[in-house]
Amino acid sequence: MTTLLLCHREIPGIDQIEVYRKNGGFEAFKKAVTGMKPQEVIDEVKASGLRGRGGAGFPTGIKWGFIPNTIWPHYVVANADESEPGTFKDRELMESNPFQFLEGMAIAAYATGANAAYIYLRGEFWPVAARLDEKIAEMEAAGFLGDKLFGSEYSLRIHTHLGAGAYICGEETALLESIEGHRGQPRIRPPFPAVYGLYGKPTVVNNVETLANVPLIIAKGSGWYRSLGTADSAGVKIFSLSGHVKRPGNYELPFGTTYRELIYTHGGGVVDDRPVKAIMSAGASSALIVADDKALDTPMDYASVRTLGADLGSASVIVINDSVEMSWIINKTIHFFKHESCGKCTPCREGTYWMLHLVERISHGEDVQANTELLHSVARQMQNKCLCPLGEFSTMAVTTAIERFPADFTPSTVGGKHG
Amino acid sequence: MAKIISLTIDGHAVSVPEGTLIVNAAKRIGIDIPVFCFHPKMEPVGMCRQCLVEVGRPVIDRATGQPVMEGDRPKIGFGPKLETACTTPVSEGMVVLSQSEKARSSQKEILEFLLTSHPLDCPVCDKGGECPLQNLTLAYGPSASRYLFDEKHHAEKHVALGDKIFLDRERCIQCGRCVRFQENVAGDPVLAFYQRGRNTDIITSSDPPFDSIFSGNTTDICPVGALTTADFRFGARPWEMKAAASICSLCPVGCNLTFNTRREAKSGGRVVIKRAMPRQNEAVNEIWICDRGRFGWHYTESEARLAQPMVRKNGRLEAASWKDALALAGSRLAASKKETVFLATGRLANEDLFNIKQLAERLGGEALLYTPAAGGELTTKYGFSTGSDLSALGAGTILLVVAADLYHAAPVWHLRVKQAAERGAALVIVNAAETKLDKYARKVIHCTPEAIVSKVRGLAQELGDLLTAAENLVVFFGGDASTDLASACATLLESRRGKPNNGLVGVWKHANDQGALELGFKPAAGLAKSLKGKTVYLAAADPAGADPQLAAALREAEAVIVQELFLSETAKLAEVVLPAQAFTEREGTYTTGERRVQRFYPAVSPRGAARPDFVITALLAKELGIELESRSARLVMDQIAAAEPAFAGISYGKLAEVAEQWPLIGRNDLYYGGTSYQNSQGLGMHLDLVDKKA
Amino acid sequence: MLAEKYPNEVKKIMAKYPPERKQSAVMPLLHLAQLEKGFVDRHQITEIAGMCGITETDVAEIVGFYTLYHDAPEGKLRIQVCTDIACALRGADVFLADLCARLGIEPGGTTPDGLVTVEAVMCLAACDKAPMFQLQGPEGISYHENMTVDSTVALVQTLRDSGKEVR
Repeated sequence: MTTLLLCHREIPGIDQIEVYRKNGGFEAFKKAVTGMKPQEVIDEVKASGLRGRGGAGFPTGIKWGFIPNTIWPHYVVANADESEPGTFKDRELMESNPFQFLEGMAIAAYATGANAAYIYLRGEFWPVAARLDEKIAEMEAAGFLGDKLFGSEYSLRIHTHLGAGAYICGEETALLESIEGHRGQPRIRPPFPAVYGLYGKPTVVNNVETLANVPLIIAKGSGWYRSLGTADSAGVKIFSLSGHVKRPGNYELPFGTTYRELIYTHGGGVVDDRPVKAIMSAGASSALIVADDKALDTPMDYASVRTLGADLGSASVIVINDSVEMSWIINKTIHFFKHESCGKCTPCREGTYWMLHLVERISHGEDVQANTELLHSVARQMQNKCLCPLGEFSTMAVTTAIERFPADFTPSTVGGKHG
Repeated sequence: MAKIISLTIDGHAVSVPEGTLIVNAAKRIGIDIPVFCFHPKMEPVGMCRQCLVEVGRPVIDRATGQPVMEGDRPKIGFGPKLETACTTPVSEGMVVLSQSEKARSSQKEILEFLLTSHPLDCPVCDKGGECPLQNLTLAYGPSASRYLFDEKHHAEKHVALGDKIFLDRERCIQCGRCVRFQENVAGDPVLAFYQRGRNTDIITSSDPPFDSIFSGNTTDICPVGALTTADFRFGARPWEMKAAASICSLCPVGCNLTFNTRREAKSGGRVVIKRAMPRQNEAVNEIWICDRGRFGWHYTESEARLAQPMVRKNGRLEAASWKDALALAGSRLAASKKETVFLATGRLANEDLFNIKQLAERLGGEALLYTPAAGGELTTKYGFSTGSDLSALGAGTILLVVAADLYHAAPVWHLRVKQAAERGAALVIVNAAETKLDKYARKVIHCTPEAIVSKVRGLAQELGDLLTAAENLVVFFGGDASTDLASACATLLESRRGKPNNGLVGVWKHANDQGALELGFKPAAGLAKSLKGKTVYLAAADPAGADPQLAAALREAEAVIVQELFLSETAKLAEVVLPAQAFTEREGTYTTGERRVQRFYPAVSPRGAARPDFVITALLAKELGIELESRSARLVMDQIAAAEPAFAGISYGKLAEVAEQWPLIGRNDLYYGGTSYQNSQGLGMHLDLVDKKA
Repeated sequence: MLAEKYPNEVKKIMAKYPPERKQSAVMPLLHLAQLEKGFVDRHQITEIAGMCGITETDVAEIVGFYTLYHDAPEGKLRIQVCTDIACALRGADVFLADLCARLGIEPGGTTPDGLVTVEAVMCLAACDKAPMFQLQGPEGISYHENMTVDSTVALVQTLRDSGKEVR
């Protein structure tokens, strides 16, 4: 098939501005600025059914429509903090197809009336930021960024901002705090960033992949875009496939592709040709899916994945074969969330710390049944109490591992490392 | 007026202004929703999650926009998640359940989380007995821990954050009240969190560490024993102490205090002061005090205090009886009559000053105020009048600060002026040097000290419409101002005399300089030349200690009589030294720079044979056959009210009156406002302006 | 002093944010400062506080919160191996253990010559190319993917040789 987002795999040099232009690059931005009112751009994106690709799946056009025209200035922020274990799609987009993302960002800025936009990259993406700075400079030189674009009154500047090692900054209000020079801790919502965002001004925060879809929608129309994917999940999606598969990597597929097709057709099957035991559908934040035939044949779209008691999220699919005990899996995820808990709210700060001690005890085979019950209880006790999704995420794998894989929490099975 | 919203909380109907948070609405009807990070004086952050409650709202029919009815009442929809009562504003028809099964179990569960890493050292913790975490645990907490003791988080227990405040990192529950107080209330952002998650710790990186004159307040609002004062820690348990209402004696703000006292063996079985705590007075200091006030009372308990009268014999001061000392002093005054100079300071109470003034008048002498400031009497004409309150000021007000560094001279005024500026008041500063208030100012003029008067004279033109259009103008001017400066400031207020929230406020050196001025004391000028050959009667004044020229002048005096707390440099030159009681040992009133009269009460017993100043003056007068009131301070105030028009209507009874103040603090729910004391002994009264029209 | 050593970089950083939002520059300035010694010291904190118009405490809390900033000297280079769940499923834990054994250090330790600190870190968004690590040092950060112990030891040797010349 033809790739729409990962098109660098088919068009060599698309990361060069001339090549990008030859392939229709910046036409969508030009069309928007010279031929469409901001509201028309928003309406087009609304009509496309595009949903946020960062994990929450919120309709992008509706998000843009929340920006009030009574408070100024406005900002657009690209969330390039990509830190969810199992997620590595935004990095590939920014490295290999940067202009499509930047053009999408520019269109978002035009639609929402922002004259300044920031790309928040996780600190580890230092070289990626350096390259984006070059690409931004090239766009400025070519007249696609700067003052009075395409002869209009519209001006736009895009800047990169590097984080410095904090998963929580992927949460949009923590990200905004971080750009402001504060600790990356989430804000209480409401008010939402659409009203009170960067520097207290109306702000749209969109994921990198989301923005990379925008030029396609403006160029080819919402009807075309809607024809891709499924009824509730329009368009294409990049699935980050990792774990026990022979060919891990990013796969751009229409919504609705099954797990079986992703793992066996695209991923080349399971390492050591063992059966799939479990799937994490949205990175370390996911519920653990029991990988039976029903699950493997489930189409990957927002609604269908929910029937498995999980979420599509950022579509970061971690495949786990039968060599692994779930106590080991949740030991890893709890370590991660305990390390990344920002410490702002009590249940997450104390709960992840407590869960870590419990899972360590379980891993050492100490009083497995009692400690497993207590772990489950602590995880449940955290749920619905945390200030932001991180704390809630930290419990998903824990409760589902214990509920769905009870055999993995017996004195004879715990402590086993993966195969 | 804000719109009024009606809702029910735990079945009780309540109506509050729009924008009120659920936690505060509940508080108004006596329902205490437990909180740790929330503090009624700070913006809510919703961090600790202790206040989660069930919140239901009327279900609205999307088609009609009308509430869906269930029988005769609107159908209430509850969300799947609990909500933080501290961040959620009320809305019409809301139903809040803070005691439902779901809400209570959530509160218990958050407590359990907090306790997983909290040490079990309540028996040796200073907060024990007034600790919100301890109280809530006793009330709601689990009886047994599911958390293994061995796995508790361990951290440093005695971290000196500067020389005044200690931090126990294990006890800290990361509520951030101290960090937010320093950043948002004090404006000294010198505390922060370091690291994250369970490793989060409080740090300070200022030089010197925890560099803030408001640091002690963090120990009041800390909901656990993480922050304690070096001064009080391990000093006493809260339940062993008694409370006495008082007024800070160290500057003209007049912060309301409570002294906590205890009788203890290590102090020879005497009742001693263990700590000073803020006492709520929203019109004066709210619930804050500065570190000078919190720690500066120790002088009253000094071993160096005078306990016996002394008279000079053979060139040396020797202990004497009151009878002999008074007789000698009386004979000096009888001889000098109107050749007597009466010199006092605002360290004295109104009652003391009144008696001195009475005596001076009866002898034909003049009562002088020993102060570096001139022109202070203008504040009695242009000062604040009844109904003035800095906390009511915001947009539409100009605050002018001239030749004064409020942060150091009157710290709580700094806080209140900063807050008014943050509420939209235009702050204008004319100073010789930079001050911490500058960053909140609309306009800052730095100039040489000599140029300040002309800059102030030029303000009317410079501010133009801003000044004329302003609803209110408040002028603070420095405590060593000249007559010229005082009148330049007063001129700006000419058209606003007597209007509430408009006025001239002197940033005096002492707590009651304003009282002295109101009672007619004249700022002393040219003292060095006028003392020769006179009999000088000094009360709470130490010119010899401050100025060698005055020391020399006092040596040329005919006789020197001193009543004091200490053997000051001036007392060392005296013929008679009369020991006075400290303000902690007696009753009295001070008049603040804002012209509010406030009562203080005895906290401890008097030192030795020391007596209140007004009594000493009365006893001295008696030697001369003059009757002054000596029976009680209350009766002296009755005389003041009768004799001084500005004090008309003031009585000890009225001064002791209280009214409900918001926020409601100092009650059993210490988690709400902290350990500041509720005011049950009097909010004080404003002096009236005697002649409101020029 | 940053302002003297990197005048252009500092200028570029300050220009990214609205003039009244200088505090936003604190993170990029810390990244810049850390290039010098691999950690941020007290003097740099003071300088950055001045440049951003905030207190030293405000700067210190940023150093404390974000894990890429360090407040104490370690190896000149940091090899930070991702051992998070997806990488671990592809042998990252074993890779880290073997690498440390070859270098004769414990995870979190530093080689005796002070050149390299090896430590485990959380997800680096390169899950399909494990084992992998990032190298943090005077040049900033770079990714090294699909690594083996041999290829890593060879890289360390190259860095050691070039490092001597640099010093």
